[in-house]
Formats: sequence, C-alpha cells, structure tokens
Amino acid sequence: MPDAIEARQLDVGYGGGRKTAVKVLAGLDLTVAAGSFLSILGPSGCGKSTLLRVVADLLDPLGGSISVLGETPHTVRSRRDVGFVFQDSTLLPWRTVRDNVRLPLGVGQGSLTRKIEDRSTELLELMGLGGLSERLPHQLSGGQRQRVAIARALLGEPKLLLMDEPFGALDEITRDRLNDELLALWRRSGTTILFVTHSIAEAAYLGERVIVLAANPGRVVKDLDMRPFKQEGNRCKREDPAIVAAMADLRVALERAS
Amino acid sequence: MRQAPLSPQMTVALPILGAASILLAWQYLLPLLGVPAYIVPTPTAIFGVFQKNFALLIDNLRPTLIEALAGFVIGNLAAVLLAVLFVHSRVLQAAYFPIVLFFNTIPILALSPIIILIFGLGMTPKIVIAAVICFFPTLVNMIRGLDSASDNEHELFRVLSATHSEIFWSLRLPRALPMLFSSLRIASATAVIGAIVGEWIGSDKGLGALIIQATFNYQSDRLYAAIVLSSSLSIALFCLVVLTERRIIKY
Repeated sequence: MPDAIEARQLDVGYGGGRKTAVKVLAGLDLTVAAGSFLSILGPSGCGKSTLLRVVADLLDPLGGSISVLGETPHTVRSRRDVGFVFQDSTLLPWRTVRDNVRLPLGVGQGSLTRKIEDRSTELLELMGLGGLSERLPHQLSGGQRQRVAIARALLGEPKLLLMDEPFGALDEITRDRLNDELLALWRRSGTTILFVTHSIAEAAYLGERVIVLAANPGRVVKDLDMRPFKQEGNRCKREDPAIVAAMADLRVALERAS
Repeated sequence: MRQAPLSPQMTVALPILGAASILLAWQYLLPLLGVPAYIVPTPTAIFGVFQKNFALLIDNLRPTLIEALAGFVIGNLAAVLLAVLFVHSRVLQAAYFPIVLFFNTIPILALSPIIILIFGLGMTPKIVIAAVICFFPTLVNMIRGLDSASDNEHELFRVLSATHSEIFWSLRLPRALPMLFSSLRIASATAVIGAIVGEWIGSDKGLGALIIQATFNYQSDRLYAAIVLSSSLSIALFCLVVLTERRIIKY
C-alpha cells in the first residue's frame, strides 16, 4: 500500500514565476502513512493551509515532488478520493442540510469512473443531524454547520480527508465533542486525515503524530509520534500526564517556530 | 434613550393614519391657504377624474404598461446575458465594459430623441428607452453577483471536480440572485419612468402623453390622476418582483 503522502524537497509559493514567487514552503520533506491521523501545528503564515491545498490539487508546487496515494494530486482529485473541510463550513445557504450533503452527487460526477452513492441519510444520522435535514444552514449552530460540512466531505468515501482548522471558530465544549466524533469516524473508516489546527491540545489529542511547521519559509521543525503516549486506537485522556507533557514539548517547538 | 418597539397593530395602523392625515390636510388645509386648484387639485377632485374619465385613463395606461413591462424584460434579460458573457471572458469585459460605462453617463433624456429618430414613433422606441434605463444597474449588479462566491466556495467545487457549467448553475447563479433581485426592484420603478419619458417626446398615447396634454391644457386634476396611475404601475411591478423574490430566495 503506498503512503498517503510523500513530499520531497517541496517548494510552494504565491505570485510570480519560479524565481520571483514568495516561498511559503521550502524544501519540505514529509511522509504520511496511509490510514494515519496527522495533526499539523504552526504559527500563522507557516504554510499549513498551503500544504493542504497542494495535496488537494488546488495549488501547484514550484519545485520538488509530491505524490498522493502513490499518484499525482491531480489524478487523485479527479477520482475524488479527497475530501476537504474548511474553517468556515462553506455550506451553500440556498440548499437544505440534506442537499448540501448531497452536493457531490450533483457536481463533478462526469469526471468519475466510480459513481458516488447517496449515503446522505446514513451520514446525517451518523453526524446527529437526522432531524435537521430539511433546515437551511442559517438555522443551524456553528457546530451543526461543521457537522454538515464533514458529512458532505465523507459522502464520496474519500481515502484522504483534509481539514483546515475545521473547529477553530467553535466553543470549547462543542469542539471537544466534535473531536471525539471525528476520532470515532476515523477509526471506523480507515481514512487518512490531515488536520490543521492552532490548538496544541487539539493537535495532541487527535493526532497519532503531530508536526510543527515554522514560518518564512515553512518547514517541519518538530515531528512527534504520539502513539507511545496513547492506547490502542489512538485513545487517550486529555488530562493524562503523558499527553500534558507532550503538549508542553509541542508548545516549546511552537514558540521557537513563531 | 432607545424607544420601545411598536406593536404589530400599530406598525400597520400608523402608516395608514399618517397617509390619512396628509390627505385630510391636502383636502381641507390647502384650499384654506389659498393654493389654487389649477396648481394643486384636492384629492376628491383627483378621485373624481378616476370616476369620470376611467376609460380614458385605462386607454392610456395600457400602452405604458406594455412598454414598461417589455422594456423591463428585454433590458434585464440583455443585462443578465451580457453579465454572464463578461464574467466568462475577462478579455471581453476589459474591452467593452468601459464603453457600456460611458453610455450610462449619457442622460436618458438626451438619448431618447436619438432612439426615437432610429425607431420612429410607435411603441418600439419607448420599449427601447425603458430597456436602456433598466439595463445598466442590472448589468453591474449581476457581474458583481456572479463574482461574489468566496474563494473557499470555488475551492470546494474544484475539489469536487465540478465543470464550468456546474460551477455556473450550482454556485455562481444562485449566489448572484439576491443582487439580481435588488436591481430588479430598482428597475421596476425605472422601467415605468423610461416608458413615460419616451411618451413625452413623441406620442399621443400613454400616461406620458396624457401628462403632457393635461399640463398644456391646465387639466391639473387629470395630470395628478395620471401621476397617481403611473406611480401605482411602478408599485404593482415592484410588488411582483418582491413576490417572485420571496418564492425563489428563502434564506
């Protein structure tokens, strides 16, 4: 089974050509095993979101190489093996909850050899949205909206789920609850998840592995395997001394990176 | 200090009372102040015209209604189509949008004689004037509306490998609808203005023609009745737009 992501000497930048562009990521080496849960931490502007955008084929790298599930990002996106969850839920306000979840059925089907099935009812139940399926997005709370966005991303059963600070705008209790739901989903599906966050606690609690990126230009400055601190299935308690110690370790790396 | 909100009954009753108070003052106060009836006829005199000359008013309402409606549909449709073309071709937009902008700076009153020279004296020039006056606000709003989807929304559709036409129908167009309807509301009033302006310049039928004739003949009660009728026409068109908007946009 190929790695979910293999990046070698990856350079990514914005504006201008290869030489004049401002580099956001420079010489990034990163391997992510299939089926794993990777948390990505870093200060603002370190290229966390940029990395996700390169993996999702939303942005072309300037140099180096990247393979996703053993193929080019473009091939993987065209096959729709990638799901993306944004910080703002990006729900279409004129569509009901169910129709938002079903968006992947209505668009992009032409590019696909594998047809997506309508699993919206099952996913809405799974995400605790069963009774809300006919509501419009403005009638939902922030947490409910993110649940809809996750259900939409999961509809196509992606092999790779990219999450760009999906719970950043939520209150702490809702965020903790969604963290647990996400872990349960991950255990069940075997999907590889790349999870960008600003929160050290969230990164440590969710990730089997946490990387810290530094800015100007973005590069990996800390790569921490969390599995020794956790039980089977990436399970842990937030207040576990080993997790708290790992968080302190990550904080030091993050402070140096900022 | 903030005032307490009004009860639902009062929000309905107060505008009616406000209008009634003005009509009463108009009816009884203005003649007392010596304002002559040939300048401001009383509301009852104006209402009298609706009873006496109902057939004349309706005969003149019909062409204005047709011209305003046709101008509204043609002008807005042309604006929407051009906006779609412009957002799909930045080259065309860069080349021709400034020219459209320039045309918009020509006052419609200056443009109308040219339109009448081209299209003659029938209904067509009035429809063209009404269409021209509706066209520009809708074009500008529609371009902005079609471009108003956020970067994240575009990225979402790209991750889903949506085609250009899917992005248009499922994202850009629904995003543009609220802005389209706000310009249609404006156009509901301006289309009637366009038709009436057209009738001023070269017509013997329509509310515009009636307004000019009544002015020259000092039939001010008839003049005011024609004004009331043209304003009612705008209001009716406006209500039609709002009702359609409420059916389509539910968020």
